[in-house]
Amino acid sequence: MHAAFTDVTRVVAKALPHDSAAKHVAGTAVYVDDIPEPAGLLHVQLGGSAEAHARVVKLDLEPVRAMPGVVAVLTAADIPGRNDVSPVAGDDPLFADGLVEHVGQPLFAVVARSYREARMAVRQARVEYEPLPALLDIDAAMREKLFISEPYEMKRGDAERALGRARNRLKGRVVVGGQEHFYLEGQVAMAIPGEDGEMTVHSSTQHPSEIQHVVARVLGLPHARVVVETRRMGGGFGGKESQASFVAAAAALAARVTGHPAKLRLDRDDDMTMTGKRHDFVMDYDVGFDDDGRITGIDFAFASRCGRSADLSDAINDRAMFHADNAYYLENARIRSYRCKTHTVSNTAFRGFGGPQGMCAIERVIEEIALHLGKDPLDVRKLNLYGTTDRNVTPYYMTVEDNILPGLIEELERSAEYRRRREAVKAFNAASPVLKKGLALTPVKFGISFTTTHLNQAGALVHVYQDGSVHLNHGGTEMGQGLNIKVAQVVAETFAIDIGQVRITATSTDKVPNTSATAASSGSDMNGMAAQAAATAIKQRLRDFAAVTAGVPPDHVSWTAEGITAGDRHWTFAELAKEAYLARISLSSTGYYRTPKIHWNRKAARGRPFYYFAYGAAVSEAVIDTLTGENRILRVDILHDVGRSLNPAIDLGQVEGGFIQGMGWLTTEELWFDSSGRLRTHAPSTYKIPACSDRPPVFNIRLIEGQPNREETIYRSKAVGEPPLMLAISAWLALADAVAAVGDHKVAPRLDAPATPERILAAVCDVRRRAAAPAEAAVPERPAAE
Amino acid sequence: METTLELTKAAADAPVPVVLDVNGRIHRLTLDSRVTLLDALRDHLGLTGTKKGCDRGECGACTVHIDGRAALSCLQFAVMAEGRAITTIEGLAGDAGLHPVQEAFLAHDAFQCGFCTSGQIMSATTAIREGRAGSDAEIREVMSGNLCRCGAYPQIVAAVRAAAQGRD
Repeated sequence: MHAAFTDVTRVVAKALPHDSAAKHVAGTAVYVDDIPEPAGLLHVQLGGSAEAHARVVKLDLEPVRAMPGVVAVLTAADIPGRNDVSPVAGDDPLFADGLVEHVGQPLFAVVARSYREARMAVRQARVEYEPLPALLDIDAAMREKLFISEPYEMKRGDAERALGRARNRLKGRVVVGGQEHFYLEGQVAMAIPGEDGEMTVHSSTQHPSEIQHVVARVLGLPHARVVVETRRMGGGFGGKESQASFVAAAAALAARVTGHPAKLRLDRDDDMTMTGKRHDFVMDYDVGFDDDGRITGIDFAFASRCGRSADLSDAINDRAMFHADNAYYLENARIRSYRCKTHTVSNTAFRGFGGPQGMCAIERVIEEIALHLGKDPLDVRKLNLYGTTDRNVTPYYMTVEDNILPGLIEELERSAEYRRRREAVKAFNAASPVLKKGLALTPVKFGISFTTTHLNQAGALVHVYQDGSVHLNHGGTEMGQGLNIKVAQVVAETFAIDIGQVRITATSTDKVPNTSATAASSGSDMNGMAAQAAATAIKQRLRDFAAVTAGVPPDHVSWTAEGITAGDRHWTFAELAKEAYLARISLSSTGYYRTPKIHWNRKAARGRPFYYFAYGAAVSEAVIDTLTGENRILRVDILHDVGRSLNPAIDLGQVEGGFIQGMGWLTTEELWFDSSGRLRTHAPSTYKIPACSDRPPVFNIRLIEGQPNREETIYRSKAVGEPPLMLAISAWLALADAVAAVGDHKVAPRLDAPATPERILAAVCDVRRRAAAPAEAAVPERPAAE
Repeated sequence: METTLELTKAAADAPVPVVLDVNGRIHRLTLDSRVTLLDALRDHLGLTGTKKGCDRGECGACTVHIDGRAALSCLQFAVMAEGRAITTIEGLAGDAGLHPVQEAFLAHDAFQCGFCTSGQIMSATTAIREGRAGSDAEIREVMSGNLCRCGAYPQIVAAVRAAAQGRD
């Protein structure tokens, strides 16, 4: 039997601490800005556009050059290779050349002897602009039909016909805001020039291979002359997937031009101004349903703000569409997607990658159906869930084969006492004129795999040394999610050795090449498998060697934590490694993995883009003050599916942290651009991420047990990085439910996200007004670009 | 008038001698008077355990102890800390091993990426010592100046609670 599918494990599935735990509490874990600075290190800062959309008439950098400590000033003209740091489309210049398309877009870099001198000098540029009309939001771009790529559509059944024949029909609009990553460690890279044009770059990135490719492209070098190393990040969340590139490229260019090591660390305000965020979405729906609340037809039109360039927006918007069903069977569905180009910073990957926005739309639809019919939303949800044997095909024609939500929701409904608390909330609201409570249970079904099929591959490198210690390297990056410890657990399990014998090393493009980003929750799925393949190859050689030495067949070799026994011979792992070395057996191997089963025909919008789905559900209870909009999330109960957990301690942290981050996105984190396109929320003073006091006071989280992944993943585990973020939709809808209580649940609350106190108060007033005049039409206009 | 301004500016730019008492050791530095305590620790003393998150006193990652009280090292000039006892995360552990709060953070997995951890621990140690970590509600409030973007707050509260109650 394959090692991955045995039930008893020694190291895997244990709640081992994070690989750097001891270093984190001692302050000795080294991040890029902590690496001892090489002699002669220079500091780079970027000068950005003051205009959202303009032609640059004059760029006078002489005052910059004249500042103390300045060694070089770099513009597009100094780039020996291509002025392009984009991940896919070739539309992201490192330095704008004549045209600027968002406030903060880099125009030039200054290289100085100190960070302070670079900061002082970068402000001295004299730039003359000829302003052009700027489209700053989705509505403006939809009006002008300005897109970063062609609109796209997924379709199954006949939505139009179903809507025409529906017993009930509702139309509406859901708006959800963007989100700043606010990784505590900002973007940073240090480049060190080597011989023959070689460049080594220490980068805080989720995607060292892409940094390698971008640096090579900008410097005009073959990939083989650039090495990118990432030991760890102080948070990534998607923000260091494609958008660590320009930071690394600017540092590398400075190192190339000056011949000195160069470091670029973005100040927090620059980081928030110059890097993309989660896409905000405007989502229109037209839904038909029967009198029980079963959806018979639905038409979605999603529009998102992509910013000035494509970045990863196509894949992100595709994923929003892939999750427009969330957990529900949509027999007749049409999902359209408009990818708006705006003169704002180019939006990018953020945990969930568009999926959360798509889910928000359908979950709001379910709430509105329930309100319309006077039913409990949970009953409408259950009625519409995917089936297990029928009603199980998605709008993109993938059959859902692993649906565990019906049982999962039943269990959570029971353990969280949903029905009792629903009655308690009703009773509270009846007796409380000012404070109102709300309750919501929402499920998550999240597709696991990169939807760009070729990215679903990974590599690893394992060495066994003569003393039995093991060097482990893989293509994934550590950003706090515990990937390294999980992969190390797999290797320790394979060799039946202690975790302490496995040394995890920094991700580096010269050890494992052509890697994909650590993203799409796929890190442990893919790198775990690749590392297992590498370790298994070495183990097989050692097993064969033991068999030959003892004169027994290989299947007579016993391999346990106590050692390796063959015939009358017995070795510890270290003894066998040493003896195998002396017998000239190779103790090093690469490992490789590609995700099976997946395929996607984008043109036909059909296929199986996901290997499997990860599931979960959450119940949130909220209270609002109807006079001020102030609010609290009082209690959260979560039941989440990680298959058979590789490490329950790490997974629990991912579920809790994901929920809190999602809650921030949907409640307090508001990005605010002014009428000239300047981001006014560019520091934690004005951009409110959750603090310790925002953690729900009652927070019950359980991982589902006894539900291994039905697909052959590493030890039957499931991905956990992104799915829990979407559990926080329950917090948003619990707030909306509290707002609906103001109108006695007679009118839909239309509470858009983020549900800030200001927006809650506005929704309360709106519900009061509409409840007093129920005949008023409740249908907003359709988008212009139909 | 112009001459005076020039002189003042020159005086401001001139490096000044600064003596810092960090983790029980005396360091004699010559610094621009505008260098923050955080930059002095990180860039001049190589004590990189104290982190720069926002550099404006809003995230808590740079928290150190000055004369036993928690302080944001990015909001003070190094010269202001002269003659005072500064403790950083590197100085928290004693000869006997980790500080009990460090032990508690380890035992409760109270971090993910680790970037905010030193600041969290420095805030927690003073909160406990000053008797401001008596209940979960108090801990949640007193720790809210230290942002954790990974959202490890449940574990952070558990760790501070355990340390405050004198157990791991």
